[in-house]
Amino acid sequence: MNAILVTVLKRLGLGVITLFVVSIIISFVFELLPGDFAKAILGQSATPETVAAFQREKGLDRPPVERYLKWIGGVVVGDFGESYSGAGSLGGSKRPVAKLIAPRLSNTLFLAATAAIVAVPLALVLGLLAALYRNSLFDRVVNVVTLTSISTPEFFVAYILMLFLAVKLPWFYALANVSSDTPFLEHLARIALPVLTLVLVTVAQMMRMTRAAIINLLASPYIEMARLKGVPPRRIIVHHALPNAWAPIANVIALNLAYLVVGVVIVEVVFTYPGIGQLMVDAVSKRDMPVVQGCALIFAATYILLNLVADIVAIVTNPRLLHPR
Amino acid sequence: MELEKMKHLATKGKVSRREFIQFAVTTGMTIAAAQTMFSKVAKAEPKRGGFARIGVAHGSTSDTMDPGNYLDTGTQVPFWGAMSNSLTEVDAKGNVVGDLAESMEPADDGKSWVFKLRKGLTFHDGKDVTSEDVVASFRYHMGADSKSAAKSLLEAVADIKTDGKETVIFNLSGGNADFPYIASDYHIPIMPSKDGVVDANGTVRSGAFTFEKWEPGVSAKLKRNPNYHKSGMPYFDEIEVVSVADNAARMNALITGELHWIGRADLKTLNLLEKNPDIQITEVTGYGHYVYPMLTTVAPFDNVHVRQALKYAMNREDIAKKVFFGHAAPGNDNPIAPGIKFATNPEPIYAYDPDKAKFHLGKAGLTSLKVDLSVADTGFTGAVEAGVLYQEHAKAAGIDINLIREPNDGYWDNVWLKKGWCASYWSGRPTIDWMMTTVYAAGAAWNETAWSNARFNELLVAARGELDEAKRAGMYAEIQQLVHDDGGVVVVVFNNYVEAHSKKLAHGDVAPNWEADGLKLAERWWFA
Repeated sequence: MNAILVTVLKRLGLGVITLFVVSIIISFVFELLPGDFAKAILGQSATPETVAAFQREKGLDRPPVERYLKWIGGVVVGDFGESYSGAGSLGGSKRPVAKLIAPRLSNTLFLAATAAIVAVPLALVLGLLAALYRNSLFDRVVNVVTLTSISTPEFFVAYILMLFLAVKLPWFYALANVSSDTPFLEHLARIALPVLTLVLVTVAQMMRMTRAAIINLLASPYIEMARLKGVPPRRIIVHHALPNAWAPIANVIALNLAYLVVGVVIVEVVFTYPGIGQLMVDAVSKRDMPVVQGCALIFAATYILLNLVADIVAIVTNPRLLHPR
Repeated sequence: MELEKMKHLATKGKVSRREFIQFAVTTGMTIAAAQTMFSKVAKAEPKRGGFARIGVAHGSTSDTMDPGNYLDTGTQVPFWGAMSNSLTEVDAKGNVVGDLAESMEPADDGKSWVFKLRKGLTFHDGKDVTSEDVVASFRYHMGADSKSAAKSLLEAVADIKTDGKETVIFNLSGGNADFPYIASDYHIPIMPSKDGVVDANGTVRSGAFTFEKWEPGVSAKLKRNPNYHKSGMPYFDEIEVVSVADNAARMNALITGELHWIGRADLKTLNLLEKNPDIQITEVTGYGHYVYPMLTTVAPFDNVHVRQALKYAMNREDIAKKVFFGHAAPGNDNPIAPGIKFATNPEPIYAYDPDKAKFHLGKAGLTSLKVDLSVADTGFTGAVEAGVLYQEHAKAAGIDINLIREPNDGYWDNVWLKKGWCASYWSGRPTIDWMMTTVYAAGAAWNETAWSNARFNELLVAARGELDEAKRAGMYAEIQQLVHDDGGVVVVVFNNYVEAHSKKLAHGDVAPNWEADGLKLAERWWFA
C-alpha cells in the first residue's frame, strides 16, 4: 500500500506544478487577446475617459506581471480574487470569484454526476453484453446505435431531443434554467434532456472500449484454459476477463468524466443550464481575468485528479503494478 | 359619435355589459353584434394578476446592477424597465412624457430646464423620492471618475440644482430643446441617495416591481410594487426575466409555454412560429439601423463622389429581402428613422443604380475602384451576408469591394473607428439632435465617419436651442439633407424589432424607441 501512497503524493505534487504552469500560460495568452474588461463592458459606448476610469479602479493600468503576481499570491493563501464585474444580489460591492464559481460548479457537478450515474453502468453493461454476444445481431445493433449518436454533434442531438421530447411531445422541460432554490426533484426533471444528451454522446466510447478490452483478453491462454475447463461464457467474462480489463476501461471512463465536467458548454447553452462552462465563456468574452483563471484552474485540476484516479484503479486492479520489482 | 364614447367607457370599465348592449341596440345594432363588440372592447381593459416569464436574448454573468453599465436587455428589461423610473419616458407614439417628473419647463431659451417631481413618490423602502436623489442620480454619471456609458450624454449639463424638495433645475452649456428626451435614457434611473451619493449597486428603486432575486446571466425575479405611482399599474403580480441566448431554445421555450414572451425572434424560422395558433408576433420598425460608415478623412472616401458612387452601388431592397427576410426597411443614408419628430426622406433616393454610381466615379476621376470593407457579425447581425451581396451589386458599377472578415472579439476596439470602412449599428436615439450630436457632429467621440461639415455643425447648434417648431423643422430638414448628400455613412436598413408572445398576454400599442415595448413590457403588458 505504501507504494500507492508514494505514487499519489508524487502525482499530487506534480499536479500542483502543472496547475501553476497552466495559470502562467492562461495569463500570457489572455494578454494577447485584444481589448480588456473596460472596453468589453462599455462596448460601442466606450470613451477614453470612462475606459481609463475603469482601468484605474480595477488596477488594469498596472503591468501584466505585477497583476499576475498579485493574483497568484492570493491564490496561494486560498483567495481567488474578485471578479472585475460589479456587485449584484451577492451583497456588497464586490463579487469574489469563489462565490461566483461555487453555485455554477455545483450545478455542473450535479449534471455531470447524474449523467455519469446513467452513462457509466449503461456503457459497462452494454460493453460486456456486446463482448459476450459478439458479432451477433445484438452486438451490431448496439454498435450502430451508439456510434451514430457519438458521430452526431452534441448540439444537434440536443435540438433533436428538444424538438421531439419537449415541443412535439410535452414530456420534458425545454429550458433547464435552475436556480439555487429549485427543489431537488424539479432540478432532476429540468436536467432530464441535458442528461440524455450527454449520455448519448458519451456512452459509445466507454462501451466500445469495454468491448474491445474484453475481446482482446478472450484470446489469451488463461481464458482458453477456463473455456476448456467448461466455465460458462458469462462467468469467464465477469470473473476472469473483466478484472484484467479494468485499466483501459478506467482510463476511458476518467476521460469521459472529465469531459462531462469541462466540455459541456454547448449543452449548457442550448438548454440554458447555468453551469461553469457558460460562466467561463461569459468571463472570456468580457475579459474578466480572475474568473477565467479560477475556472481554468478548476478544469485543469479536474483532469489531473481524474487521471490520477484512473491510474490508481489500474494499479490496484493489477497486482503486478502493486509490487514493482 | 355616441357609440364611440360608449366603447371608450366600456374599455375603461365604466359601463357594464348590460348598459352597453342596451345603448347599442338603440343605435340600431343587433344584440349579438353588440355583445361581440362589448367583449372586444372590454378585453382591452388590463387585468391584474399572474406570473409572467419574459425571455430575453441577452444576459451575462458579468452583468451589473450599476445603471451606468446596463449593456443590453439582460439588465435593461428587469432593472430599468421594470424596477426603475427615469425622470421622463417615451410613449408608444414617440413623445416624451413625465415619469417621475410631473412637469418640465424650459427657461432661458432652453439653456435651463426645470423639472417638478410628482407628489407622494416613494422608493421601494418607503423613503420619499426627493430632488436631492435626482441630483445625486445624475451626478453619478458625471465627473472624472465616472465609468458610466451615459457620461458623454450628460456632457452638456453644466450644473444641477435643487429648488425645494420637489424641483430640480438643470443648467446646460447651450440651449437644448430636447433635454427631456435625454432624461428618459435607461442609464439614468433615479436612485435613493444618502449625503448626496447614490448606491448604484443597490436594488432599491422606485419602479413598478421590487427586487426579489437575481442570478446574473441566468434570471431576475421581481415582485409587484403595491405602492407604484401609476395608478393600477403594473398588472403582473410577479415577473421573471430569463436570459436565453440560444435562438432555438428561446423559440422552443415559448412554444412549450415555459416563457410567455421572447425578444429577438429568429427571422429564419419566423414563418413556422407564425403558424402556431397560440403565438402572436409583434413587429415595429424601431430607431435602430445598420450602417457601413466610412472615414471621410481617409482616401478614397475623402472624395464626396466616391461616397455617392458607393451609396448608389448598393441594392438595399435586395439586402432587406435576402438577409433580413423582409423584416427591415431599406435605408436612404439618413440615420433618422421615419417615426422620429422632424424626420424627412431626403431626395434623391439612393436606389440601386450602377449607371449613376459609374457617373459619380467618373466625376471623381476614376474608371474603377477597389476598396476594403471590414465586417463582422458584432458590427451588426447579418453584416457579413449583407457585405457579400453588396460586393456583387457593386461589381456592375465597376467597384471592387474587398470584403475583410474581422473577428467578433475586440471588434469595437480594433476595427470600428480605425479601419477606413466597416460595419456598425446604432440602436437609434429618440431625437434628431441626440442622434446627430452623438455620431455626426464634428469632434463627437463616436463620429464614426470623422465627418466635419461646417454648415451642418452650425445648424445643429442653432436647431438645438430653437424653440420655434416651424423654424426647427426647416433646420432639421437641411441637416438630414446634408448627411444624406455629403456624409460618409451608408445606412443599409432600419431593423425591425421582431418579438413573439403567447396569446395569453395582451398589450396596447408597442413603443418603437427600444426593444421589448420600449423596455417597459413588464409595466405595460398584462394577462388577457
